[in-house]
Amino acid sequence: MTENLIEVASVLAAAIAVGLGSIGPALGEGRAVAAAMDAIARQPEAAGTLSRTLFVGLAMIETMAIYALVIALLVLFANPFV
Amino acid sequence: MDNPLSIEPLFHIGPVPITQPVVVTWAIMLALGVFSFVATRHLRIIPTKTQTVLELFVSTIEGQVRDVMNGDPKPYRALIGTIFLFILVANWSSLIPGIEPPTAHIETDAALALIVFVAILWFGIGTRGIKGYLATFAEPTWVMIPLNIVEQITRTFSLIVRLFGNVMSGVFVISIVLSLAGLFVPIPLMALDLLTGAVQAYIFAILATVFIGAAVAETPSPKPQEDISQ
Repeated sequence: MTENLIEVASVLAAAIAVGLGSIGPALGEGRAVAAAMDAIARQPEAAGTLSRTLFVGLAMIETMAIYALVIALLVLFANPFV
Repeated sequence: MDNPLSIEPLFHIGPVPITQPVVVTWAIMLALGVFSFVATRHLRIIPTKTQTVLELFVSTIEGQVRDVMNGDPKPYRALIGTIFLFILVANWSSLIPGIEPPTAHIETDAALALIVFVAILWFGIGTRGIKGYLATFAEPTWVMIPLNIVEQITRTFSLIVRLFGNVMSGVFVISIVLSLAGLFVPIPLMALDLLTGAVQAYIFAILATVFIGAAVAETPSPKPQEDISQ
């Protein structure tokens, strides 16, 4: 029974980690892309530099969501308590 | 469900277990090496079609490195170009049925990120000398020394985890959808996976360039490009 409980808690924890952990990066990426679109619309000749910086910045923001994914994977597949 | 963190060995050479990512990695290395060797045998002033494509590729990489570093791209062209090309081919190797991209396993990504880590040290020490490079850890004041050391480690770790997480989650989602609905349904996801693979290869190469550029920068001024490293 106890072991079963740990598994249930692990699945819940993984779902909550990814679900909540992706809210922040999603909002952040939305803001970043909106700002980049605004800048490209104002200054189309700077599109190259802007999109390179945007991609690097998006990768940085996305890392937070990936950290949540890794925590979820650790909980599901490499759980130290099971 | 398959565990994405562990791998089964395919066969053994003596006591050494050989897994699928190792075989695929060596195949990609062999293919890229042979292709590069054969394609650069008869270079001419008036280029053939293949040579034009190669020149376009090399000059694009040079342009990107020059834009990020504001300096001569020559010392970094080979490293950055090879990293980009290898990750791109590795991510797209899932196009061949039955092959799983080696970057979907954390060991390959760790090896690539360690290469970048050593390259940062190598170019940093090569430009500034050991003393000058160590002095950059005390920028802007000595209070920042622990934070700068932690930054070196976390950005290597985030390189590993970013590539691993993106490629592995793509493979994982496709395998789940494939087990639910086999025919035609996973194709849009596979196309998305190809896009993600190309973007991740680009991001890995650009971040490596940014990190090396920050290590060799002439005047360690608070540039906005250095702020994005975490």
